[in-house]
Amino acid sequence: MADMADEAAAAVSEPLDLVRLSLDEIVFVRLRGDRELKGRLHAYDSHCNLVLGEVEETIYTIEDEDDGDETVKTTKKQSDMLFVRGTLSHPTVLASDSNDR
Amino acid sequence: MENHNANDSKDPASFLSSIIGVPVTVKLNSGVVYKGELQSVDGYMNIALEKCTEFVNGQLRRNYGDAFVRGNNGISRALRGQDHTQSMNER
Repeated sequence: MADMADEAAAAVSEPLDLVRLSLDEIVFVRLRGDRELKGRLHAYDSHCNLVLGEVEETIYTIEDEDDGDETVKTTKKQSDMLFVRGTLSHPTVLASDSNDR
Repeated sequence: MENHNANDSKDPASFLSSIIGVPVTVKLNSGVVYKGELQSVDGYMNIALEKCTEFVNGQLRRNYGDAFVRGNNGISRALRGQDHTQSMNER
């Protein structure tokens, strides 16, 4: 009887529940330093340490052109498995789905 | 301690829990702004937002169904919505 109420409450009661609901899903993570990750969320903890599988990392860097213009360069890296340290890497956003930019 | 339950919106934490479900604007230290409905907040000021949109330099950059914003990002937050008389100013 309390089960349904518990489930409903457990779904939204704290922000990390959203992360828990994203376990085994493809998630999008924004990190400090203009880095983004997209991969399957295998594990997380309260520090926001993350273990991601089949990850694509996108790094945005600003390059100065000869003519003085600045262009944004994107570098992509693939990893089978990645540990992201929560406290240092400061994931800012985790989303279960992200639409086009 | 004794006056713990005196008024719900007297301390920041209970203010935040009183605006669950309200459209909010969350601004990170980096200047990136997230707008969405406040789903939940915890003691670290981790935040879950529903129907979240991301703005970089005032430009819409992305849409997220649900977004988790980690606390400790030096976030400040403003309330949006004309039908709310409550407001909170940080910094």
